[in-house]
Amino acid sequence: MAETVLTHSGQSPARLEGWRGIAADWASDQRAFKNVSWGKAMMWIFLLSDTFIFSCFLLSYMTARMSTTVPWPNPSEVFALNFAGKQIPLILIAIMTFILISSSGTMAMAVNFGYRRDRVRTAALMLVTAAFGATFVGMQAFEWTKLIMEGVRPWGNPWGAPQFGASFFMITGFHGTHVTIGVIFLIAIARKVLRGDFDVERRGFFTSRKGYYEIVEIMGLYWHFVDLVWVFIFALFYLW
Amino acid sequence: MTNATVHMEGQLHAPAHGAVATAAVHAKGQQHPIKLYLVVWGWLFVLSTCSYLVDYFGLQGYLRWSLILLFMMLKAGLIVAVFMHMAWERLALAYAILLPPIAVLVFVSIMVLESEYTHLLRVLFFATPS
Repeated sequence: MAETVLTHSGQSPARLEGWRGIAADWASDQRAFKNVSWGKAMMWIFLLSDTFIFSCFLLSYMTARMSTTVPWPNPSEVFALNFAGKQIPLILIAIMTFILISSSGTMAMAVNFGYRRDRVRTAALMLVTAAFGATFVGMQAFEWTKLIMEGVRPWGNPWGAPQFGASFFMITGFHGTHVTIGVIFLIAIARKVLRGDFDVERRGFFTSRKGYYEIVEIMGLYWHFVDLVWVFIFALFYLW
Repeated sequence: MTNATVHMEGQLHAPAHGAVATAAVHAKGQQHPIKLYLVVWGWLFVLSTCSYLVDYFGLQGYLRWSLILLFMMLKAGLIVAVFMHMAWERLALAYAILLPPIAVLVFVSIMVLESEYTHLLRVLFFATPS
């Protein structure tokens, strides 16, 4: 069922390109995303639904912020850190951003080595990605702790509009949860890759098809999405 | 990808290391030069630094907003197109995924109008002069 229709020689039949291709793909009584595997299509559809959830969070934050008459705390100052006696604005968030982008870079390379069936490098790069992700979550825990100590709560904060706390904990909390789940899955898949589960058809999640390393790419889609969401949170929550 | 699977069946007993990666194996399945990823990675760093500098130098007003949104969209575009391989996917999938979020922009504009209206009412009837 999940297989792309192949001709006898194992080649995919030629498909139309461009708008004609879109119309042909969607109009046929077959699967719409022709040469895209089910796993990948379903991950994309899940990510689309997740996009809507994050959009709703960011939208409600925008609505709360634009409609309140109480001054909104200045994120640039709230997230400043003291280095050598100098207050550097937003520096913690900037470092977290660079860490998450780097994790995306290592993940993209892991996908590449996965398709080359270089098990050791794939697993190593996935574990580096997981380590970056864990560092990010750690820094987020530090950020939360600092703000909670300063008196920020979901219903209030010392600097103004109470909705600031609710938006902050909701948005970064939901994103941090995504990162955490990603780290757990990265470690699980990296272990399977390293052990060669995808080559020996060892029984278990995602390992049923021989020599099939696409799960690394699907995992990568999820991970890049987490980075993508952070791009929007960084711009709309921290830089606003 | 499925093609790659077919091609690879014959090589299962070879040691699964870089040496196995012959041209036949990586003919399919989103194979792109590592350099491409490194270049995108570099650009993401540059763009993030630019966003950060917008705040660091305290730019305000429309300039701040155009720059922040520009850098945001460029970063998002690079991640989706290259890291998530959307640039090489079938258009039927690309449009199915990329068009629906555009509908969110309608939602955004509705909520902007709504929140400005709410703000106006709050200023008129509830806000205490400070």
